[in-house]
Amino acid sequence: MAEVMISVDGLTVEYEGKRVLNDVSLDISRGEVMVLLGGSGSGKTTMLRHIVGLEKPTSGTVRVRGADINRCSAEELMAIRRTMGVAFQECALFNSMSVEENVELPLHELTNLADPVIEIMTYMKLAAVGLGDSGKLMPQELSGGMKKRAAVARATALDPEILVFDEPSAGLDPIVAAGLDELILFLKKAFQMTILVVSHELASAFRIADRLAMLDHGSLIAVDSKDAFRASTQPRIRQFLDRVPDPIAESTAVQAHIRELAGLAGART
Amino acid sequence: MNVLEAVGNSVIQALAYVGALTMQFLSELRASPRVLPLTGRRGRWKTAIRQMAAIGVDGLPIIAIMSVCAGFILAMQMGSELRRFGALQYVMDVVSVGFTREVGPLLTALIICGRSGSAFSAEIGTMVVTSEIDAMKTMAMDPIELVFTPKYVAAMITLPCLTIMSSTFGILAGGVFMYITTKIRFAMYLRYIFNSIDLRDVWTGLLKSLIFATIIVNVGCMEGLRVRGGADAVGRSATSGVVRSTYLVILADAFFTAIFYLVHKG
Repeated sequence: MAEVMISVDGLTVEYEGKRVLNDVSLDISRGEVMVLLGGSGSGKTTMLRHIVGLEKPTSGTVRVRGADINRCSAEELMAIRRTMGVAFQECALFNSMSVEENVELPLHELTNLADPVIEIMTYMKLAAVGLGDSGKLMPQELSGGMKKRAAVARATALDPEILVFDEPSAGLDPIVAAGLDELILFLKKAFQMTILVVSHELASAFRIADRLAMLDHGSLIAVDSKDAFRASTQPRIRQFLDRVPDPIAESTAVQAHIRELAGLAGART
Repeated sequence: MNVLEAVGNSVIQALAYVGALTMQFLSELRASPRVLPLTGRRGRWKTAIRQMAAIGVDGLPIIAIMSVCAGFILAMQMGSELRRFGALQYVMDVVSVGFTREVGPLLTALIICGRSGSAFSAEIGTMVVTSEIDAMKTMAMDPIELVFTPKYVAAMITLPCLTIMSSTFGILAGGVFMYITTKIRFAMYLRYIFNSIDLRDVWTGLLKSLIFATIIVNVGCMEGLRVRGGADAVGRSATSGVVRSTYLVILADAFFTAIFYLVHKG
């Protein structure tokens, strides 16, 4: 059985009394590509932020390579983070640095490699994502797809064992999005990385995933293989896969609010 | 909410703010050796030098102009009063002591609050909004060490230098006034100034400038770090950074001036 790299157990998150994640448990094995699906506001990004240790949960644990990231020391957390690469939805490139300086930064800060070695490694990382000639550009000069790829190059700079992507295809045209999918598959195949992708792009998810998980209103409603997911009869999953909209305008609450705004008697009865 | 609750809430918030500032300041102190040239990581000192250029070199022209104006104004105001008592020569004492002890450090700090304090808040606020601070954390890098401390080290070096420049320009402006009104020779004016300046005044002025630098950097960075939302929140943080640091600089000035007064008196 493959080693569990990320283990989320009973993760519950509340903000000001509002429950955002509800008792979520999920294991991700070494070398696996797990895609976390869910609609907007379902808690995907919140879960990701807890997995990378940016926030502390109300209850539950997140273990990365066996270490509880909310109860370990600051040094241990740093050591865990060195084994993880994160590509944010907004790319989060440092705007005051060129693309190659962005990629060089973790190599300069966290290794004792000589400058020429760092230069070569930086070029290799940028070339791997198709940005070998764009190292001197500033982030503002890049297109959306190039920014995403630069963020991937930076996230892989230290050859992490775990790679986390937040909405890698969001806002990209289908061709660039497909290119990113291939890049994720290449990284998995070439470096045996464990990859967690947060997404709501179905085509991309089914292309890259080994397994899929789905969050709905803060609860994990399914964790399954691609085929089992496609064949699922679970109503919420079917609605998501079949792109059926929520009947928002017909809901009782919306109808009552409209009646109230219109000043009709008997509103909110 | 009654009045007592409102006052209690405000006091708790103010204490929490000062506590957070203190914790941030201590973290910066701990990280400082890693920014300095011989003890620090490669490249980190360069960031501090860039900050020094932004705070010091770029800020010097406005500080020079403001100090010359303030020196001239102080000399004219004092001159018009002291002339009535036939004590015009004491203008030189007032300008030299006033600038080295008080006007130089305070004027410099207020200008840097407006110029650099707001820039720190806006820069860090933007980094928060664009997830750059989160990205640093996930890359096992400490934003305090990487972003805040170079600014702190730079301000601790440049603010005393700017304070000296401010005092020099203010005193020179006083010299111009004295030359116009009494035709005093410049060499004699300088001799008189050197005799009237007490080294203790210079040290207290420089000590104040270090305290002001600590306040400006920490308040600016903290206001940036507390940004939640979008571009409007960044704008509000810049405003808040200037207002709070100006307020705290003046409070600290009053506090330390009182302490120095009591120490000197004792």
